[in-house]
Amino acid sequence: MAKVIGAVVVDNEECKGCGLCVVACPQDVLGQNKQVNSRGYHYSFMKNPEACIGCSNCATVCPDTCITVYRVKL
Amino acid sequence: MELADIINPKNLVYEKPALLTSTTMHYCPGCSHGVVHKLLAEVIEDLGIQEKTIGVSPVGCAVFAYNYIDIDWQEAAHGRAPAVATGIARTNPDKVVFTYQGDGDLASIGTAEILHACNRGEDMVVIFVNNGIYGMTGGQMAPTTLLGQITATTPTGRDAGRNGYPLKITELIAQLSGTSYVTRQSVQTPAAIRKCKKAISKAFQAAIDKKGTSFVEVVSTCNMNWKMTPVKANEWMVENMFPFYVPGDLKDSSKNNPESYTPLKN
Ligand SMILES: Cc1ncc(C[n+]2csc(CCOP(=O)(O)OP(=O)(O)O)c2C)c(N)n1
Ligand code: SF4
Ligand code: SF4
Ligand code: SF4
Ligand SMILES: [Mg+2]
Repeated sequence: MAKVIGAVVVDNEECKGCGLCVVACPQDVLGQNKQVNSRGYHYSFMKNPEACIGCSNCATVCPDTCITVYRVKL
Repeated sequence: MELADIINPKNLVYEKPALLTSTTMHYCPGCSHGVVHKLLAEVIEDLGIQEKTIGVSPVGCAVFAYNYIDIDWQEAAHGRAPAVATGIARTNPDKVVFTYQGDGDLASIGTAEILHACNRGEDMVVIFVNNGIYGMTGGQMAPTTLLGQITATTPTGRDAGRNGYPLKITELIAQLSGTSYVTRQSVQTPAAIRKCKKAISKAFQAAIDKKGTSFVEVVSTCNMNWKMTPVKANEWMVENMFPFYVPGDLKDSSKNNPESYTPLKN
């Protein structure tokens, strides 16, 4: 089976820290940062980047569309 | 492979739709409205109808919808979006017209407007965001509030004797001869969101094809006024709203007989 690896970029300032992307990720890649952004939200980040498969689930559920997804087939 | 090699435009698989503006939405974190806006932007873009789509925004939390999707909009008074949209659609038959309405807007103050627009079969799409509550004004009971549901005006839970029964307005609308496609969707998981996008796309195609009114209910959350986290609100919705507001197509005239009304035979 072809292996895929992915990565996401979260717009830290747009993220509202709602946590929906964290539970939507099948790979447990995302977490909420202890840091807050300028609006006081615990923005989402890749706590476990190696596990990302670029499936876009996180970006699909984000109400503020602050996740961009990249995927490479190896 | 290094992260920097993956994060490269040639590997891009998901980005913000071009029709969503850069304005930060005023919605609470995790609000369903944002997801529905995104789907609308994607569908309008996919169908290539940006230049001829006119949205009518409601009174309710989505009152500023016109700031977020880069198309033409008209703001309507509370509940009156279907009447305003009727005027726009009839005077601009080359345009694609839709209303975007909450449950307070559509199923309470605007009941007359929505029922008659759907019954006349105006060529338009209705996007109905049903979060079971008046979100914008601080969480009062809506016609769609479930029995037993706690709101600002039903602090001990909605009681049928005192507050009446929750209104399944989408079931009523499905019975009207003017509607062609009536469906109930939701946006709590990636799968549900993809399904909802297909439904919205089908509804817009029906409006383009002048098939009468298409109606898409999106069972939604208002985590702020339900006083839950966004994740918990989605779980609560699945557990409590879905048994009453059952997701799925209620009417699909491209499959079934479009007429639910049989004229009298002489
Ligand atoms: C004529 C009129 N009556 C009442 C109001 C107050 N009001 C504003 S929004 C709203 C209800 C909003 O609820 P809903 O349509 O469900 O939208 P949501 O905020 O939940 O998305 C009400 C009653 C108003 N703005 N105008
Ligand atoms: S793209 Fe898929 S695997 Fe990667 S973070 Fe998002 S949900 Fe998780
Ligand atoms: S879903 Fe979007 S807004 Fe919510 S935490 Fe994730 S990136 Fe942030
Ligand atoms: S009050 Fe409710 S419907 Fe309004 S933005 Fe907040 S969560 Fe969304
Ligand atoms: Mg509402």
